[in-house]
Amino acid sequence: MPELIPSREVFRHFPFWAQFLFYLTAFAGTIIFFYGFYSRIRKYRQGRADNRFDHLTRRFLNALSIVLRNQTLYRGDAYAGFAHSLILWGFIVLFIGTVIVFLDHDILRLMGMHLLQGTFYLWFSLILDVFGLLFLVGLFLMWARRTLIMPYKLDYARVDRDEDEYDRSGYLADDGFFLGLLFFIGATGFLIEGFRIYADQPPWAGWSPVGWLTAQFLSLMRLSPATVNFWHAAAWWTHAVAVMIFLAYVPFSKAMHMVTDFVNLMFRDNRVPRRLPGVSETQLKEGMGYKTITDFTWKELLDLDACTKCGRCHEACPARSAGQPLSPRDLILDLRTFADATFGTGEWFSQRVKGWNTDRAVIPGGIIKAETLWSCTTCMACMESCPVGIEHLLYIVQMRRTLVDEATMDDSLQEALMNIGDYGNSFGQPARARGKWSQELDFPIKDARREAVEYLWFVGDYASFDPRIQENSRRVARIFHRLGIDFGILYEGEKNAGNDVRRVGEEGLYEMLVEDNMAVLQQAKFQKIVTTDPHSYNTLKNEYSEFGLQTPVYHYTQLLARLIDEGRLRFQKKLNYQVTYHDPCYLGRYNRETEAPRKILRALGVEVKEMPRCGTNTFCCGAGGGRIWMDDAHIKERPSEQRIKEALTLGKLDYFVVACPKDFAMYSDAVKTSGNEGSIKVCDIIQLVEEALG
Amino acid sequence: MHIIVPLRQVPDLVEDLEIDASGKDLDREWLKYKMNEFDDHALEEALLLKEEVGGAVTAVALDGGEVDKLLFTAAAKGADRLVKVRGDFPTPLNSHAMARALAGAIQGLDYDLILTGVQAVDELDGQVGVLLAHYLGIPHVSVVTDVQVHDGKAVVHKEYAGGVMGEFDVILPAVLGIQAARQTPRYAPVSRVRMAMRKSTIEEVSAEASAEGAPDIRKLFKPEKGAGAQMLEGSPEAVAEKIIHILKEKGIVQ
Amino acid sequence: MSDVLVFAEHLQGNLTDSTFELLGKGRELAQTTGGHLIAALLGKGVEPLTEQMGVAHKVVMVEHQQLAAFNPEAYAIALKAVVQSLNPSIILIPYTSMGMDLASALSADLGIPLAAYVSEVKIEDGTLMTVSQMYGGKVNVESEFSGNPKIVSVLAGAFPAEAGKVEGTPVIETMEAPNALANLRVTFKQWIEPEGGDVDITQQDVLVSIGRGIQSQENIPMVEELARKLGGALSASRPIIDNKWLPKSRQVGKSGLKVKPRLYLALGISGAPEHIEGMKDAELIIAVNSDPNAPIFEYAHYGVVGDLFDLLPILKEKLGG
Repeated sequence: MPELIPSREVFRHFPFWAQFLFYLTAFAGTIIFFYGFYSRIRKYRQGRADNRFDHLTRRFLNALSIVLRNQTLYRGDAYAGFAHSLILWGFIVLFIGTVIVFLDHDILRLMGMHLLQGTFYLWFSLILDVFGLLFLVGLFLMWARRTLIMPYKLDYARVDRDEDEYDRSGYLADDGFFLGLLFFIGATGFLIEGFRIYADQPPWAGWSPVGWLTAQFLSLMRLSPATVNFWHAAAWWTHAVAVMIFLAYVPFSKAMHMVTDFVNLMFRDNRVPRRLPGVSETQLKEGMGYKTITDFTWKELLDLDACTKCGRCHEACPARSAGQPLSPRDLILDLRTFADATFGTGEWFSQRVKGWNTDRAVIPGGIIKAETLWSCTTCMACMESCPVGIEHLLYIVQMRRTLVDEATMDDSLQEALMNIGDYGNSFGQPARARGKWSQELDFPIKDARREAVEYLWFVGDYASFDPRIQENSRRVARIFHRLGIDFGILYEGEKNAGNDVRRVGEEGLYEMLVEDNMAVLQQAKFQKIVTTDPHSYNTLKNEYSEFGLQTPVYHYTQLLARLIDEGRLRFQKKLNYQVTYHDPCYLGRYNRETEAPRKILRALGVEVKEMPRCGTNTFCCGAGGGRIWMDDAHIKERPSEQRIKEALTLGKLDYFVVACPKDFAMYSDAVKTSGNEGSIKVCDIIQLVEEALG
Repeated sequence: MHIIVPLRQVPDLVEDLEIDASGKDLDREWLKYKMNEFDDHALEEALLLKEEVGGAVTAVALDGGEVDKLLFTAAAKGADRLVKVRGDFPTPLNSHAMARALAGAIQGLDYDLILTGVQAVDELDGQVGVLLAHYLGIPHVSVVTDVQVHDGKAVVHKEYAGGVMGEFDVILPAVLGIQAARQTPRYAPVSRVRMAMRKSTIEEVSAEASAEGAPDIRKLFKPEKGAGAQMLEGSPEAVAEKIIHILKEKGIVQ
Repeated sequence: MSDVLVFAEHLQGNLTDSTFELLGKGRELAQTTGGHLIAALLGKGVEPLTEQMGVAHKVVMVEHQQLAAFNPEAYAIALKAVVQSLNPSIILIPYTSMGMDLASALSADLGIPLAAYVSEVKIEDGTLMTVSQMYGGKVNVESEFSGNPKIVSVLAGAFPAEAGKVEGTPVIETMEAPNALANLRVTFKQWIEPEGGDVDITQQDVLVSIGRGIQSQENIPMVEELARKLGGALSASRPIIDNKWLPKSRQVGKSGLKVKPRLYLALGISGAPEHIEGMKDAELIIAVNSDPNAPIFEYAHYGVVGDLFDLLPILKEKLGG
């Protein structure tokens, strides 16, 4: 009794012409799909070269692991992560199921084989049914999120343009179409199954629980067998056509993220933005940085297509939060819209921006406003929060290079850069005044250019010249001295390390600073570098190696933490304070050092209350990327002030502890300007260390 | 239109200035030089004029100090031609000598307009721009804040005390002493300066210069210290307190 | 051979303060040299001005249509003719917008020595000695002259104007205008009055004045607020005006205005001589600057070395609403 072997007919009751029509539709859908992807690949091929083809297997497995685990999506938004997992796994299983049907029906059958029957078929039915249901649940959760929960990050309102300057209804349409179409495909799938089970009443219907349930509902309508067959055929065709529309839709919509994001994660560079690319000779000739869309690399063009508008960067960005005209999300979307217009690719539903001249226009200062680019603090929150590996900072800095090349900048930034060029520091102080802060110490600090030392202390501009911070520098010196650390400084030989000069986009000045510093460093005798400034730490550690620096580089909190481990630093006195610790972007996020300062705090005995945004998820003080040199008078609410408010939500706090000279300056100001002088005090971690040492 | 901008290096006032053993000059061994800030304005105005009416800007500077860097910086900003004037110049170089040397060099160049900074912090014996005009036998106007050029003449605004300005027609060629360019002088990106170092050439011309016309320097001395202000010290808090106390005492605030 | 010649500067029908300052000093010098004090008055219909120059022994007047308003070329030609005809020992010219055009021109044309930026003039043992404020007021240069004539270009405000303000009727000698005035390359077209300043800073009791130390235009509103709290107005030194951060009407100093408020609070102003001449007569000067060697501290009554951005918010807060 072969009919009792559990199975199903793919083209149930279909005449030949209907089968032919189906193949025609499928062919059309597939052609459009491949054309769409071909046109995208053609677009990427017009980008500049960027060799990211090393360790391909490792890259592939790494991307696969991230995608299958939905790892980057759960971070910071478990709801979205969960819903996405349901959709992703539902989609994958249904997709595999469809592939099996295709193989079985269109290939194996021709070879006289039949896979989908018997036990295999039963399990196949059950698994597809369950995952199909999870798929629909996931889609429902996402729909509820967009319509009922409406988190801020999903609001497409722009921060850099007035409402009448753009139209983003296309994005809403795309979201609706994407969710709706997928839901429709899933739902009609169950409907087909329901009608089939209703009509055929197979004894193994229980292996398709959702289909069986659907059939039970349908049977309430008491339809004639012919009507059921008609409705089955109708549902089948609707489903089939919907699937083919979806197939065609994928490369022209947000659905393309299913492909682009995997590839994008695979080809991301984990060293960005700790290490930024230099400027090649050819680029120098053509003008530095990125001027037009063809200056972008293929990976960067791919980045633009990878964005799903999830809005995590939009939410995390301190510039956006301060009311500045920058949203990393909108930057990416604008570049995507512009790239599509330039290369003739496009989305079915997109945004429109008024006043754009899309005819190969200049991007920085044109398509992307100069103020937008200058708003970035390079805090890396956007990249950290991006689930799909977009490297925003790379091209923000590249576009800034063009602005610098054309000298389009804020007067105070220009002044700071000229000071750094003339005197090696942004304060416009004579170079020989750099070591002046040390004169008030009752012991001399070794000059590492003349005497050999174990630790070369690279002090940095703010710690050397800002009168508010000099006392902290002296504290560090006193403690190093007391702990018997053999250390020295470079005095006037040191220049600004250039971390933020590079991130401002003044690459020429950066190179000059590196050359000058390297010349002095090569002369000096030392084994390791220690720095108090996380910004200098970043460039010395990650970028100077390209210019020949070989020695290890430590942040002073790392050195102190190690001395605690070694038992060389012990505190007699326990401090009875309640504090919170602010992770500097360039230490915590860029360089993943969140433990050393906390180890010191634990050793001090203070009670540490963590702010909601801490560790690698820290919130920027607003000073990085050269912002400290730019005007911040028109900022609605400075990031530093927002941060102080965040700290104050923790209840009573004695100290807001920092481990970065710029943070000390920024937060000392913010406490004053936000009117919280009575409620919280800012201190460098070294101040507590000194107090506990007595 | 050919515009010439003579650029001069002046001691950087950010650094401490020391007087040498002779007592008649600054100690120049460690002296740091920078472009005279008014010359930067003159260069900016020249570049703006070039952008408006076309032509070329030639930067001319006397040899010495970091003259190459000075010229390359001008090139990075947009100067088309760089000229270095060599010669056996007296030290310290006074305005008369500088103007004579520049005149000697510029005579051999094409020019319609010469823009100089209106003054410099070390012009003990008068302004180079005006002296230069006379050695070249062309007219000059100093303290200029606005220049427009058409039909072989310049229409300029010269500024007087209180902000009153006189408008003049000046038949070219002429020397204008620029007080301020229409916009803040542009930034010279270091990569462009470095590019200029590799790509631009500095032409060299020689010229002679006598220092005659200046008074004899007896000595340099620093203004007396201590006679000046009573210094208020302490934290910003304490200083603010003291200031308010003073203001109350004088009846300026209640 | 021993006369002292003063260039009588006048602007839009009025003799300037500098003229009186030089006349006062010139009279003193003439007494030492044993010569006469002669004023060179160039213009058109300027005879009434001679009445204010009673301190001079003689006024030499050159009148010509081309001299009606200052013209660098015309005035240099006329002044040169006066000097050649009188052959004075000392020529005093103010170091002002007009004087800058004239002094150097005369020096080049006649091949006679010139000292600029002069704040002090003395005759010692028959030798003329000058002190010039160089390097933004950071270093003074003492110079001496041999031979005659010589040109001394004096900073405005270097000497008291009172000594020169003597009514009287000096001898008036009219010189024929040089022929060269008929053929000029520089032509005066018109006066341009400064844009109607919102505030007349010369009439304010309190001026909060800013210089380069303010760093950026965006910091200006903060200082403006302080000025408002002190019941005064905002003024500035030249770099601020050159950068177009404030209108010209707010400029204190050379080519700006001379002010004498009850309080002059100088923020981030280093105190170049050109600025000092515009404000040193203020009743109370308080200067804030990060450079302890800033010349402004020589002229201020009270000084603060430090970051003005630290001080400002506190000061504003303490002044209350």
